[in-house]
Amino acid sequence: MTTVTTNKSEPGTTTSSGADLHLQNISKRFVDFTAVDDLTLTVPSGTFFALLGPSGCGKTTTLRMIAGLEQPTSGSISIGGQDVTKLPSFQRQVNTVFQSYALFPHMSVLDNVAFGLKRKRVKDTLQRAKAALAMVELEHMASRKPTQLSGGQQQRVALARALVNRPAVLLLDEPLGALDMKLRRQMQVELKSIQTEVGLTFIHVTHDQEEAMTMADTVAVMNKGKIEQMGAPRDLYELPKTAFVANFLGKSNLMYGTVLEDLGDAVAVDASGHRLVMPKNRAVAHSGAAVVGVRPEKMRVMTLEAEYSPSANMLTGTVLDASFTGVSTEYLVDVPGIGTLATFSQNMGQAPAQRGETVRMTWEPEFSFGLDGNEKATEGKDAL
Amino acid sequence: MTATATRRGDKKKQKLEDPRSTEEISAERRKGRMGLYLILPGMIVLALFFAAPVLVLLSMSLNAKPPGGEIGEFVPALEFGNYVTVISAYWDVFLRSFIFALIATVAALVIGFPMAYLVAVRLRGRQLLQGILLVLLIAPFFSSFILRTQAWKQILSDEGPVVTVLRAIAILPADGHLTATAFAVVCGLTYNFLPFMTLPIYANLDRLDTNLLEASGDLYASPLTTFFKVTLPLSAPGIFAGTLLTFIPAAGDYVNAALLGNNRDTAMIGQVIDSRFFKIVDYPGASALSFILMILILALVLIYIKRFGTKELF
Ligand SMILES: Nc1ncnc2c1ncn2[C@@H]1O[C@H](COP(=O)(O)OP(=O)(O)O)[C@@H](O)[C@H]1O
Ligand SMILES: [Mg+2]
Repeated sequence: MTTVTTNKSEPGTTTSSGADLHLQNISKRFVDFTAVDDLTLTVPSGTFFALLGPSGCGKTTTLRMIAGLEQPTSGSISIGGQDVTKLPSFQRQVNTVFQSYALFPHMSVLDNVAFGLKRKRVKDTLQRAKAALAMVELEHMASRKPTQLSGGQQQRVALARALVNRPAVLLLDEPLGALDMKLRRQMQVELKSIQTEVGLTFIHVTHDQEEAMTMADTVAVMNKGKIEQMGAPRDLYELPKTAFVANFLGKSNLMYGTVLEDLGDAVAVDASGHRLVMPKNRAVAHSGAAVVGVRPEKMRVMTLEAEYSPSANMLTGTVLDASFTGVSTEYLVDVPGIGTLATFSQNMGQAPAQRGETVRMTWEPEFSFGLDGNEKATEGKDAL
Repeated sequence: MTATATRRGDKKKQKLEDPRSTEEISAERRKGRMGLYLILPGMIVLALFFAAPVLVLLSMSLNAKPPGGEIGEFVPALEFGNYVTVISAYWDVFLRSFIFALIATVAALVIGFPMAYLVAVRLRGRQLLQGILLVLLIAPFFSSFILRTQAWKQILSDEGPVVTVLRAIAILPADGHLTATAFAVVCGLTYNFLPFMTLPIYANLDRLDTNLLEASGDLYASPLTTFFKVTLPLSAPGIFAGTLLTFIPAAGDYVNAALLGNNRDTAMIGQVIDSRFFKIVDYPGASALSFILMILILALVLIYIKRFGTKELF
């Protein structure tokens, strides 16, 4: 799968590496429904960009507008600095790996892959198509019809059919959605390595947060037609700016409170009688109502007797549920006034806390993050 | 080829070391015989309603007129000369019939395909509009074939509105007319058999995956290229069925030629058979003509299937 070097050495392929993609105030309204709402977005050339969001949030619609298959209601799209908003899809240097693959059933696998090259009238069409098939390890399937392939193989053909054209921007609409977990993980690694080697701009749409985080250089979390937050996977995970991002990208414990005092670099929040500290540069609001968040793995669970750093945030609660998973024990702890928090402790040989036991949970203030006090703490929690 | 051979080989091997008991095997055989019994009624119906008339036709076509016999009196014989007579007399009418049918089939395809595409693809999801257009398409079937053609005769007549207008704007010369021309016959054929073309294509295009059209556009194909590289090949089974369903009845039709033609240079073979049979009372000649028509159509259809048959398409 990583024999891309043979393609790279081909003449003419280096001329069409990725291009910047820019969406300016893009909206798409269907009769009475706004699928994409005033989206502005820049994807630098050569980036692996993931568009992450629950189903129905407008990811496919966004891709279709970039591909030219859907006309935006307002706004403009440019690729490599050229405004393509009015350009029909067949004139855009963009290719799509469709969610349903959309392979031509009346053509062989090889003809499917060669289709775009033939339209562009490039030389040695078949050679290039064969090389692209070799890249996805399907050269022995060249003369088959798409219906004679498995789902995973069809997915690879769809990928080869798009990649072989070396588009300025490659759009992938949940391309791994139909694959089983094992193949999915394998294809994630392969897709990432193909992208690294060909250096094209990839826009990868997914509703799988783990997939987005492992593959992408930049992740944009999308919700209800808008981008909630965008950034490097680690930045997004460590410092979510909205409850939706905090819950959709991994798990978070979110606690309502009111800012009590200004500590200079940090603020102290009163959350139902508990004093919690968070750094100002990690908080959206520095006064009034606020939501304090912390990731479960940043918390330490300990007995009431154990010592802890005096600067740490500390909560005491009753274990509602403790499930031993081997590497760790996952806890649900009820804290009076705050509610149920999730946390876990790595298995270092200590005896796990039992259900009904009272435990102390601590975390360093720098791991706290602060959200707007008006956020709904459950936003995005069960979104898929 | 080799694949089937090996598979057959496998079967044989299986038989040699068949682990099943003899009872099981004979049970299977009984099941096979049961299948035969089940298709028997169908076979009988086919024999009665298709094979028997053809045989009667064939034997009638070889009948001979007894010496001194009356008009319409024939005796069983093996008079192959009947075929020579009718072929030498009417080969040009056969040729004309097939040319008219071919032109009408092409015209029906050119008119019917866009109609089917409009209803099946462009109006997909708008069920009310689709329903109305489909009913309009089938509506002519609710009235008699002959009455419809007669109506066209009125419309296209020299006193009718079409000729008046065409003469007024000088598309037709002042003494030009539309009825009693080959043009009118072909138009009648096209009109009357249009639904046979449109409906199979509609049924096929109704299942067309429009994602494929988008994928084609995404891969740099202009709408025109998409049509020829994707839409058309995918709708081939519908076009195949439609052209057969149009061409076959059109080639044997006599109503359009009789009502819209002029009996001289627009005569079609159906018309000749009709007049041989009912007016001239030449039963063997009419039967021979029918039989030749059947064989010719069968041959043309077989060539067509062999050339464009869609069995192996996907
Ligand atoms: N052609 C359309 N007409 C009306 N509504 C549509 C159309 N296409 C998409 N939508 C709606 O827009 C929303 C976003 O759809 P989509 O972009 O496909 O979401 P996603 O790919 O994120 O699951 C959905 O609620 C969907 O029902
Ligand atoms: Mg989608």
